[in-house]
Amino acid sequence: MRCGVVVFPGSNCDHDVYHVLKHVLGQESAFLWHGDEDLRGSNLVVLPGGFAYGDYLRAGALAALSPVMAAVRRHAEAGGLVLGICNGFQVLLEAGLLPGAMRRNRELRFLCRDVWLRVERDDLPFTCGYEQGQVVRMPIAHAEGNYEDTPEKLDALEAAGQVAFRYVSPDGELDEAWNLNGSARAIAGVVNERGNVLGLMPHPERSAEELLSNTDGLALFAGTVGAAAGAVGVGR
Amino acid sequence: MSAAAGALAAGARAAEPATGPAAAEPEVDLAQARARGLSEEEYEKLCGLLGRTPSFTELGIVAALWSEHCSYKSSKADLRMLPTEGPHVVHGPGENAGVVDLGYGLVAAFKIESHNHPSYIEPYQGAATGVGGILRDVFTMGARPVACMDSLRFGDLDAPRMKYLVDGVVRGIGDYGNCVGIPTVGGETGFHPSYNGNVLVNAFALGVARRDRIFTARATGAGNPILYAGSRTGRDGIHGATMASEAFGAESEQKRPTVQVGDPFTEKVLLEATLEAMRTGAIVAIQDMGAAGLTSSAFEMAGRGGTGVRLDLDRVPLREPGLSPYEIMLSESQERMLIVARRGRQEEVARVFRRWGLEVDKIGEVTSGDRAVVTAGGRTVADLPVEPLTAGAPVYRRPASPPTDLAARRRPPEVPAPPGGPAGALEALVTTPELASKEWVWRQYDHTVRTNTVIGPGGDCAVLALKGTPQGLALTCDVNPVYCWLDPASGGAQAVAEAVRNLATAGAEPVGLTDCLNFGNPEVPEVAWQFREAIRGIAAACEALGVPVVSGNVSFYNETEGRQIHPTPTIAMVGVVPEIDRVPRPHFTAAGDRIVLLGEDRAEFGGSAYLRLLFGVEQGVPPRVDLDAESRLAELLRVLAFNGAARTAHDLSAGGLAVGLAEACFGAGLGARVELPAGGPALFSETQARALVACAPDQAARVLRLAETSGVPAREIGEVGGGELVIGADGETDRLGIEPLRTKWATALPRALGL
Repeated sequence: MRCGVVVFPGSNCDHDVYHVLKHVLGQESAFLWHGDEDLRGSNLVVLPGGFAYGDYLRAGALAALSPVMAAVRRHAEAGGLVLGICNGFQVLLEAGLLPGAMRRNRELRFLCRDVWLRVERDDLPFTCGYEQGQVVRMPIAHAEGNYEDTPEKLDALEAAGQVAFRYVSPDGELDEAWNLNGSARAIAGVVNERGNVLGLMPHPERSAEELLSNTDGLALFAGTVGAAAGAVGVGR
Repeated sequence: MSAAAGALAAGARAAEPATGPAAAEPEVDLAQARARGLSEEEYEKLCGLLGRTPSFTELGIVAALWSEHCSYKSSKADLRMLPTEGPHVVHGPGENAGVVDLGYGLVAAFKIESHNHPSYIEPYQGAATGVGGILRDVFTMGARPVACMDSLRFGDLDAPRMKYLVDGVVRGIGDYGNCVGIPTVGGETGFHPSYNGNVLVNAFALGVARRDRIFTARATGAGNPILYAGSRTGRDGIHGATMASEAFGAESEQKRPTVQVGDPFTEKVLLEATLEAMRTGAIVAIQDMGAAGLTSSAFEMAGRGGTGVRLDLDRVPLREPGLSPYEIMLSESQERMLIVARRGRQEEVARVFRRWGLEVDKIGEVTSGDRAVVTAGGRTVADLPVEPLTAGAPVYRRPASPPTDLAARRRPPEVPAPPGGPAGALEALVTTPELASKEWVWRQYDHTVRTNTVIGPGGDCAVLALKGTPQGLALTCDVNPVYCWLDPASGGAQAVAEAVRNLATAGAEPVGLTDCLNFGNPEVPEVAWQFREAIRGIAAACEALGVPVVSGNVSFYNETEGRQIHPTPTIAMVGVVPEIDRVPRPHFTAAGDRIVLLGEDRAEFGGSAYLRLLFGVEQGVPPRVDLDAESRLAELLRVLAFNGAARTAHDLSAGGLAVGLAEACFGAGLGARVELPAGGPALFSETQARALVACAPDQAARVLRLAETSGVPAREIGEVGGGELVIGADGETDRLGIEPLRTKWATALPRALGL
């Protein structure tokens, strides 16, 4: 099992993801340079959080055009696993690998705090470490995480089961007061139709160690790594 | 182009001062020197040093080097009182940041710096570039920044522009630090009318490095190339250093162009490129271009290295053509580094910066001798001796005298009974902006990136894991400006003692501090007295508590239209937690835990939050600082943490025991029932050297025994649990529902901001 963590200029959660994959889960891991079209044999490619290319123009817009993303696209098309966290999710949206777009948070401010998520699917390689309906806690840290799409496309997204995580109250209820960035239908994480590309705004890598008083995010990495190691193809 | 437009353009050109290297420079005289902040005496000293009239560019360089901001001319003499040595100190003051040893082959580099003046003129960019500057000070030492803190002081929220300033400063800090990816893990935010015309923005950063990989800023080795890396030079920030060395008047709004503009994305890639380039072994010395830009970085590197430099301004990358040598030397464009590379190896360094998309150019070289020679357009525009202008800058011992109304300030205040009873007074206090939750501020800062944050903002101190070791780092910043206004020596000592206490609640042993000394106009004898007294107090506390000062910053001229700020010597302290998995929390964590009060109350109300926030009285002698008692308490807290005896430890400070108890309840929404020896105002007394701890029931006797051994008065006062804070004293019982009170406390600040 090989994990690749992409480094764009401006990525700042690259070391955090690498730390969890390499030191917490003991996986073979490497950094992938944005200027290279080489994934170095990675089974799982992670696009980490940060401000790729300064988020100039729009969050993720320039990163989506970088050489490494051409390779990521081919990897995804071949059924390889791609995980985009926070800014990485924004890059996947801009690259068209996932549907939808981000607006600025409802209160137009950067927001760093814990949120509660309901796991909507447990049959994905990324979520097989959880149970459907399970409520988990993870930190968010973003200014543009307000997921949006047209009502028709949102209906289609939900009908196709592409919503992986939703923002909920600590009791697991849908509640606008706990949908802090104002996302349409409280969507926190989305997969592509094939189920091998996941983007989510919360940071599982910041909730993967006992020392940080939260290990809810670890199952996402552990499940993904396990699924990738066991699976040849991951299509549904 | 129409004739009219052409005429206008020509007219505009004629009206501008002649610029560009080829243009003749204006004549220099005393009036020109004065306009740049030099006194007549200083101008004469300069002419004497040179044996001639300086050129225009030279005048600009020297005015910046001798500005208060760069030269510390009014503070240097007093700063010598501060202890700067200790068993952990690797580099004390004089480098870009102080460096202390952490064990395991690691060191921490840290510093705090003010960005008060620019933040008042343009809050967003002023605060943002404050963060940028302090981060560069840290990574320029070879340390990877892992944490930021900010100490902020605002005026009354109803004062003109104040809500705009709060919003702009918080956004500026957030947008910069969040983008670079350095967590802002702590700090403080205070409000007082003395800052109505002059807010304070003090930015702290800490980085971690391997001890054998620390870099310094000493230009050595004649013939070594000097490289310029990072953003291009533009016209922003010119005269920033001199602006920060003057008081504000009605025309300060016109100084907006002296505020620099930051680009955190460039900072982030500059950070990565710098740390990577350092690993090539091809870098001799490196310094960021901060205040006074190229001028101070070149002169300071040469001054420390005992060498000369030659700079060719034609090689400096410019944002637009036509900058004059004067402008290039004084620009404070952000995100720029000056590097001395090993001769013949500059390409190794350059390659790294280019890989990160940054420009790098050779703009000069180190020379033997002691002169800084600057050329442009084939002409020498400056030829100055380094040593006499840096180490030999003017030093003043300003006349000092205590304020004439000092006796009236310190007259014992009347202490009325709590309005609305203890419960009413407590609710009133915790819903003032001063004592309310600051979550609205820090939730706009990324405080969890880098996955080290064990205790984030909102507690007594922040605690970070130090990856690869069992240890942690604890960080805090503290000062009580009202205490300092009533008695600057006592206030200075109190700030150090409180910082030590805050670190001790997490079980941390202090290893060093950095100070940001914010004062008014030092030419006013009362301010010079405040400064000297505060330093005396800080020095005494540092000696007694064994904490060296390893870096710092002085910010004078925090004065607007003659009104001085309260003296505000911010103390940012760093401690080491020996076992990161044994850190008590600042709040109650388990129902049934026994609550023990450490320390003894002396009913002290001088300068208290109780009198100031509830009665508008700022008077009296501030609480006595008993450094022996502080030392014993800190040691006890560390023992309780290390032995795992205490699950909760919380410092008592502004608002006293009542506010301390409420804060301990708010953290996890757990109530408490306590029985106290004295009620009424005594609940709000601010006697120092006190803390609350909570422990499992079977540990209570042990806690009391350890306290007795340590010589710390201790008393079990109650138990954690329920949804109420129940305070019994003097035969009366007060009850407050935690959840409603917590909500009011948590929302008071955004409400006061009108959000």
